[in-house]
Amino acid sequence: MQRRYISIGRWLLPLVLAALLPALAQASSTADHSKFEALKGPFASAPEVTKACLACHTEASHQVMKSIHWNWDFTNPDTGKRLGKPRTMNSFCGSPLSNEPRCTSCHAGYGWTDARKQPEPVQENVDCLVCHDRSGGYKKVATDAGHPLYEPRTIGAKTMMPPDLAKAARSVGDPGRDNCGACHFNGGGGDAVKHGDLDTSLIKPSRKLDVHMAADGADMTCATCHTFNDHIPSGSRYDTTAKDPHGLDLPKDDHNRATCESCHGDTPHQQAKLNDHTDRVACQTCHIPEFARGGIATKTLWDWSTAGRKDENGKPIFIKDDHGHLKYSAEKGDFEYGENVRPTYHWFNGVTDQVNLTDKIDDGGILRLNTLHGDAKDPKARIWPFKEMRGKQPYDPELKTLVVNHVFGQDDSAFWTNFDYSKAIKFGMDYAGLPWSGKIGFIETRMTWPITHMVAPKEDAVKCGQCHTKGEDGRLAALTDFYLPGRDSVRWLDILGYLALGGALAGVLLHGLARMVMNRKTHHD
Amino acid sequence: MIKRDVMIYTRYERFWHWSQAVLIFTLFFTGLGIHGTHSLLKFGQAVTIHTYAAYALMGLWVFTTFWNFTTGQWRQYLFKKGILKVIRFYAYGILVGEPHPYKKSLQRKQNALQSLAYMTFMVIIGPALWLTGLLYLFYNEWAGQPWSGDALWLVAVLHTVAAFAMGTFVIIHIYMTTTGKTPLHYVKTMITGYDKVELSEVEEAYLAETKTVDMR
Repeated sequence: MQRRYISIGRWLLPLVLAALLPALAQASSTADHSKFEALKGPFASAPEVTKACLACHTEASHQVMKSIHWNWDFTNPDTGKRLGKPRTMNSFCGSPLSNEPRCTSCHAGYGWTDARKQPEPVQENVDCLVCHDRSGGYKKVATDAGHPLYEPRTIGAKTMMPPDLAKAARSVGDPGRDNCGACHFNGGGGDAVKHGDLDTSLIKPSRKLDVHMAADGADMTCATCHTFNDHIPSGSRYDTTAKDPHGLDLPKDDHNRATCESCHGDTPHQQAKLNDHTDRVACQTCHIPEFARGGIATKTLWDWSTAGRKDENGKPIFIKDDHGHLKYSAEKGDFEYGENVRPTYHWFNGVTDQVNLTDKIDDGGILRLNTLHGDAKDPKARIWPFKEMRGKQPYDPELKTLVVNHVFGQDDSAFWTNFDYSKAIKFGMDYAGLPWSGKIGFIETRMTWPITHMVAPKEDAVKCGQCHTKGEDGRLAALTDFYLPGRDSVRWLDILGYLALGGALAGVLLHGLARMVMNRKTHHD
Repeated sequence: MIKRDVMIYTRYERFWHWSQAVLIFTLFFTGLGIHGTHSLLKFGQAVTIHTYAAYALMGLWVFTTFWNFTTGQWRQYLFKKGILKVIRFYAYGILVGEPHPYKKSLQRKQNALQSLAYMTFMVIIGPALWLTGLLYLFYNEWAGQPWSGDALWLVAVLHTVAAFAMGTFVIIHIYMTTTGKTPLHYVKTMITGYDKVELSEVEEAYLAETKTVDMR
């Protein structure tokens, strides 16, 4: 049955791609926004631009307000748990609570200054430009709750100029890699920090780095795969599609191309034996041999417990490593980085248990901030590649919860200005309205980030022998709950087998020797 | 009775034998590589070669089975009496110069031990290998079941057991080829096809007249 399906798939694929490719190419629009009177400006503020957009795009803000880009709120359909940045913890920055104007600079809106409650549903506060500006000039400033600069501002020695809002407004188009990347390439507070497979090298990637997004590859953008339906993005780390049995995504389907199978189907290889893998091995496992391949290092360790050190003059200490990366920051603690990192591999069926700020945690060992579900016995699970992030972060050793660390702000408590954990956490927990025993411990954490971007060209895919090997450095050496040819064998069977072969060899040699010693010719003919 | 050089292994039989030998060596070598016994080949290469060689051998066996039945040669492999005598000969008689207890004839190319060994090869070891091998090759057709993982293990174990048996068979088989009149006599026979066989006058006259079997 399945074989027949394969051959149909093989015929269908070129047809589907041929049908989709015109859509993938930048379609020319019937509207040239640079000619719109309403977009001439000048605009005093970014919400004014949005207002101009809404005059025609009447439903756009309502749509965006339903998306995770706006509400930072997601209920995991598998576990029923309410997730989202204001409540779900990671091993990087901590919590946006009490740090809003900074953290909410990546909110797809303007003026969300209090993440304890949902952003006000004000239509003009939706940020159209952050996604649709094609002038390259629009930029949200890091500390203003999502607003761009409106006047020149000097930070340190650098003076930053406000963007030309009218120019940005007249440039609008489909989001490019740089639009999504403005936030997603800088997750965790800087370029490449968080994901490992997302950084600014993907704005203009080489074919080697990303075969889909390279100009001399398929020249796709993020949204080519992360299709948007009424401004709702597809693809999620909270609710991952670990295996897409739906396969090829046709125009009549759900318009969700955020899986490899959406375009490639589940039998994409010429060789049948390779297709035999797709039920248990995610495409990414072989086709993303390493992450952080674009020349920008990703953070692999963040130890908050050492933060706050000052030199003899009372100045906070910052130390860079040979590559120019901060390896110690008084604001944030110790860091380690990795480039061209081989992923770690786990069975994964798409269900993840995330730790929320208010969850009781077990501090008896290393805390897993996201627990992956699935094993070899689970037919919905496949082997997936992950970036393993090591962390050490503050928690309440008495009430057994993680804590809010108030890091940003011009006040007497923020950690980055005062370097005092007790003050910072007290402020953060009071702000969040959460109980805190007054005690601070540091707990070691681990977090696994699915690796799914930076797909290499096929010639760079992981070779068979890197998993099918008895070597301890085999990529799947840690996944021992299934039989892997070339790695596994049955001890007693091998002993018996080699004994039989060796015994036969020794037996015939002895027999031959005996014949020679007896030195008699047989009379056989 | 006259001894004549008679073509006892026809061209197809020899083709079968030697191509089978090459394929089995290829399969055993690549199989050990896949098993992890050696790493002289890349895993992917070993799998590819193993797969093609397996298809070739299975194809050869299909033809040979057809050949065996259409020519009636399958009867050569039937159980024969006197197996203990043959075993006793190889265990002892060969050392002290006793004559071989069996005489080769056109209708009886193999001794009782050979027939038993080849029969085992053809109905137990061979089928065990290709049955489990096909299951292995077409794993995806039965993947995705709760028992698939365990079944794959079982298939692998059975395939490995049969492969070890095949290897053991080959070692002994090769050694046995040295037990002829001279150490290379049997190998030569399997290359040229000719061996000295005792013929009755009637047989000789019949073969000479009809040329159904080459004789020199």
